Amino acid sequence: MSSAAQASGQAASSPAAAATDRYYPVRRALEAIVGPLAALLFSAVGFSIFLILLGKSPADFFALMWKGAFASSFSLQNTLQRAAPLLLTALCVAVPAQLGLVIIGGEGAVVLGGLAATVVALPLDGAWPPLVQVAMGLAGAAAGAAWISITGALRAWRGINETVASLVLAYIGIALFNHLVEGPLRDPSSLNKPSTYAIGDANMMGPIPGTDLHPGLAVGVVACILCWVLISRTSLGFSMRVTGGNLRAAQLQGLPVQRLIMLACVIGGGCAGLAGMIEVAAVHGRANASLIAGYGYAGILIAFLSRQNPLAIIPMSVLLGGIGAAGGLLQRRMDLPDATVQVLQGFIFVAILASDTMQGRFAWFQPRAKG
Amino acid sequence: MDALYTVTIAMIAGALRVSTPFLFVSLGECLTERSGRINLGNEGVMVLGAMVAYAISYHTGSPWIGVLVAACAGALLGSLHGAICSLARVNDVAMGIAIMLAGTGIAFFFGKPYVEPEAAHLPTLPLGFWSDAPQVRSALEVSPLFFIGIAAAIVLHWFFRATRIGLRVRIVGDSADAARALGLGIDRIRLLATAAGSALAGVGGAFLSLSYPGSWNEGLSSGQGLMAVALVVFARWNPLHCITAALIFGAAGALGPSLQTVGVSKGYYLFYAAPYVVTLVILAATVKPGRSLRGMPGELSIGR
Repeated sequence: MSSAAQASGQAASSPAAAATDRYYPVRRALEAIVGPLAALLFSAVGFSIFLILLGKSPADFFALMWKGAFASSFSLQNTLQRAAPLLLTALCVAVPAQLGLVIIGGEGAVVLGGLAATVVALPLDGAWPPLVQVAMGLAGAAAGAAWISITGALRAWRGINETVASLVLAYIGIALFNHLVEGPLRDPSSLNKPSTYAIGDANMMGPIPGTDLHPGLAVGVVACILCWVLISRTSLGFSMRVTGGNLRAAQLQGLPVQRLIMLACVIGGGCAGLAGMIEVAAVHGRANASLIAGYGYAGILIAFLSRQNPLAIIPMSVLLGGIGAAGGLLQRRMDLPDATVQVLQGFIFVAILASDTMQGRFAWFQPRAKG
Repeated sequence: MDALYTVTIAMIAGALRVSTPFLFVSLGECLTERSGRINLGNEGVMVLGAMVAYAISYHTGSPWIGVLVAACAGALLGSLHGAICSLARVNDVAMGIAIMLAGTGIAFFFGKPYVEPEAAHLPTLPLGFWSDAPQVRSALEVSPLFFIGIAAAIVLHWFFRATRIGLRVRIVGDSADAARALGLGIDRIRLLATAAGSALAGVGGAFLSLSYPGSWNEGLSSGQGLMAVALVVFARWNPLHCITAALIFGAAGALGPSLQTVGVSKGYYLFYAAPYVVTLVILAATVKPGRSLRGMPGELSIGR
């Protein structure tokens, strides 16, 4: 859908010129970097005006933001911990997007993945922790994959729009999660905040060996790289992109469109489920309402900001994680409400998404014919 | 039998209260979608409307001015969405989510000072005057906004059926080619429909902070703005059916708290999910491969 529209827009420049211009790949890559950067700068200027109107200094704000997000090892850790789930939930959007699907129900896969991981860990208590963690990861990914593949199946075999179906399923998933956490799976001692039993300290994932970094980060980065290889370096990924570019052409070529849809949903849902598992195993230690933190929705935006490119998801997630991480420091030092970072994120989202319209408008980035 | 009576009364009361914001936001979403565009940003619009209405009511002492200003704030945010989506190659689904986060952020940012103070609430109509039972009396304290919402649904239905502008909105929503052939300003009509739809969503937000639950805090909206998309599918893009959809979704949401009044505290989340399951079943039963849902505007990006 969206990628089909984009592809037809870009096809305005002649393919013959693209073949003769050796520097076209460089120009294309530059356009993909310069566009979002310009939009980022634009949103920073817009936000500075907002701050000046409120009588605060933008220079102080951005200096503190840098300090709170990246300057010390503590703040960097905080940033990367926030970025980790976003890497995975963005993949839940970006992988199906290769087929032209817009799936916005990652939130349901995150919470059910986290819950499944917890449920698997409880009877395994006392087993060798790495084994428990692997089982948790598998269970989380399987639950997420199963949940998103309902959407995929409805799309592939019934022709139901995946955006609406995934949104509705996200609400059903969250209701199911609440039912299980507050009912059959509840730890009776959790009074104020209904939770499942804890998975136990021994089963918690520690930092990446040799560093202080959050373990989910490694999983997320590896997942992004693997998805990128799948999409842009394998024939399977090529068939996905063909399907996204022109469904009719893909069907005429005999590509297994329905199976490709299912595969993309399983991969994407698996990533989102894994995000839920990591939140449980590395942060909360049990499944409760803390899992419903909007990671699914933030992931949608990151995927769109990255133009559905899994490698671009990495810097985008770190950037947004950093903005979130700086919130506490900004609140303490500048007496700004903690929602300040949300306002800045909103400025950035709107500016970068609006900048998509500038794609292909500048001749310099287009291929040029020889001579 | 007594327990059943209590639950029924509590549920009717809850449904009347909970359904009002659903009604406004789904009418707004319906209007926007009939013009061929989806607005997921109505979630942010509702939260912003709730904050603005509460703040204005606190400062002026008049909740009705609050409702009016909330509608204006909603229209403003809606026109931002509408204007950006009319640019080429901008995805309206993603933009809606960006507007949702931006609107919520702005509302929390400026709403911080209003968490504590008490603002003047909207009055209610005591429709339970005929009964002696205090339960019935309190259950039938209905907000006038509920009736305004029903009137708005009827007006919107008439607008689509019988007015020239309504016909134009439908043409733009069903076929951009036909609209272009007729010389209609597609972007302008969609922009106005998005702004008007968001104004309705802003009124829904005002109900949240000024009537029920009746206070301003950061956990006020529980996703009604996003759910509106499901409600509109449920209502098949018909404003009159939006009333039914809002009442059903509202009753399902009210069932949990009303069961709690008689001591049942488990399992109600599943009832809460019931209308969503029904929406999904409607979709699965009525959509055939290669054909879209009856009543769905042809230009809607989620229809293809």
